[in-house]
Amino acid sequence: MPFFRKKREIPAGLWMKCPACGKMAFTKTVEESHRVCPECDHHMKVNGPLRVKQLLDDGGERLGEDLIPKDLLRFRSEGETYEDVLERSRIKSGVSEAATAARGTIEGIPVTLLAMDFSFRGGSMGVVVGERVAMAADDAYERQVPFILVATSGGARMQEGALSLMQMAKTSAAIARLKEAGLPYIVLLADPCTGGVSASFAALGDVTLAEPGALIGFAGPRVIQNTIKAKLPEGFQRSEFLLEKGYVDRIVHRSKLRDELATLLRYMHKPAAELATAAVGEADGGDASNESDES
Amino acid sequence: MPDASSSSTGAGTQSGRRNADYAVLDFERPIMELERKIRELKQIPDVNLNGELKPLERKRDRLLEDIFGRLSPWQIVSVARHPDRPQFMEYVEGMCDEYVELHGDRLFGDDHAISTGFARIGDRRFLLVGQRKGRDVKEKLRCNFGCAHPEGYRKALAKMKLAARFGLPIVTMINTPGAYPGVGAEERGQAWAIAENIMEMSRLDVPVICIVIGEGGSGGALGIGVGDRVLMLEYAYYSVISPEGCAGILWHDGSRAKDAAEALRLTSRDLERLKVIDEVIKEPLGAAHRDPSAMIERLKETLVKNLDELSAMDPAERMAKRYERLRGLGNDVDALDPQPELPAGKAPAKAKSKKKK
Repeated sequence: MPFFRKKREIPAGLWMKCPACGKMAFTKTVEESHRVCPECDHHMKVNGPLRVKQLLDDGGERLGEDLIPKDLLRFRSEGETYEDVLERSRIKSGVSEAATAARGTIEGIPVTLLAMDFSFRGGSMGVVVGERVAMAADDAYERQVPFILVATSGGARMQEGALSLMQMAKTSAAIARLKEAGLPYIVLLADPCTGGVSASFAALGDVTLAEPGALIGFAGPRVIQNTIKAKLPEGFQRSEFLLEKGYVDRIVHRSKLRDELATLLRYMHKPAAELATAAVGEADGGDASNESDES
Repeated sequence: MPDASSSSTGAGTQSGRRNADYAVLDFERPIMELERKIRELKQIPDVNLNGELKPLERKRDRLLEDIFGRLSPWQIVSVARHPDRPQFMEYVEGMCDEYVELHGDRLFGDDHAISTGFARIGDRRFLLVGQRKGRDVKEKLRCNFGCAHPEGYRKALAKMKLAARFGLPIVTMINTPGAYPGVGAEERGQAWAIAENIMEMSRLDVPVICIVIGEGGSGGALGIGVGDRVLMLEYAYYSVISPEGCAGILWHDGSRAKDAAEALRLTSRDLERLKVIDEVIKEPLGAAHRDPSAMIERLKETLVKNLDELSAMDPAERMAKRYERLRGLGNDVDALDPQPELPAGKAPAKAKSKKKK
């Protein structure tokens, strides 16, 4: 029947096109398979709230949603203010910033999770993204639970100038504190992850996972190409390349991600109850009593 | 793509642009005229020309104050990149009584874009880490125009950890267009090297002072730029991305670097207001390149003052303050005043002459 072939006759959202292979697939099928293309296995982008939903047992409890970016530089571009840019991005993406933080459990293991969001200004990091990352790390630190972070970002948020650069220092300091307390920090690198995010908290995982085929690097390929004036090798800066070079522990298919995280956490984290018992057994009072006061 | 690392494209722009006559910046031309006259007068032997010389010198100083008192951000960027601006090695020679350079990262090699070593001023001993751009062509190539590879950052970290073991304070001097964006740099984990430095520097339990002396190019600068105090020379710049890179991304037109420099708020005054840096070190009249020895002396004084203050602090308190400083970056900051409308004048002409690439 001819009218079925016309694009505009298809109810919006019922079908979607894979950005990698270009084949059409049922949106429902794609969503059910964690937004992985059923044809070519391409891992499509996942926004922050959906990541939280995919990874946490029961959707979790959101953190830091009240933090909203400000135009501290009074940045103007072509007559448009940064506030205008933000408003446009909020409407387009449906999220308040490029990072969504939540508390919850993964297969019963309590964690704090932060998921970055490429749909909001290319996942770029400004003060609020930095603050949400640091705040989530603090939350994990205070609750003595593992911190899981999904990183995807084009780099720093230019409209926040050096303040966005400084978020690299802020987040890394918060991660350092978490690590010093012996808490696990697991990073998943998703497509793409470059610039200031890749050169700070995204590179500091105790274990670093990557989704298949994700672009990961410090400089973007275009910048490198302009600098060296030569073609880049095939597969350069992709997850598989990074695995080969020794910067990624494992490449994980999205359908197995939750299981993998739970498996890793069972090696890297002892539940708080167990820790407390161990501490009491060892120290017999003293420090242990302080710890139990806090928890 | 808002890519923080794009600033490193500066490596390319520098090499092509630097030649002998570039040493005079466009907006310095009126001063050069006066200075030439003064020089000529001084060369006439056996005649006392004080009557003519003094007014000329006064005029020159007034002109310097006037021009340098209201440099546009883009002009400040060109001052920060001035080929005669004092660099790391000049500071070392001018202010240290000793510098024992230590090479190599023990993993891959020795990156000349970053120099590290034990340094002494009087009886103050510390570790010095500095980014080097190089002076002549040969040295510039050796230093990769100040764009470090991962091994440079790893060398810096190895030596900083060494310093911390022996209780030596750490001083870093920042002057880079950015970390190098190349194939080898990516293969060897540029992002990981910088991230590791940033994290470790937040925890090193000795005083850490960072000084931006020229270009503070993004992550490449921050890779040796985390500490108790960040100082910055008056006409240095510090930015998340080079003005050229920013203009390219925002407006697909690298030639609008001048506008980007304005928008990015990359000057020492603005960054002090934004609490990104703690102290501005004033430059001599007409900027550091006009009087390097005065600049070096002033930096030395400020450095010594800060070293002494930090060394006198209780270590636990100092560490707590550092954490607080880092953790609060961007949080309790008042918005800057709106951009002043650009005075249509000399500034745009400058931008045109600089942008070919």
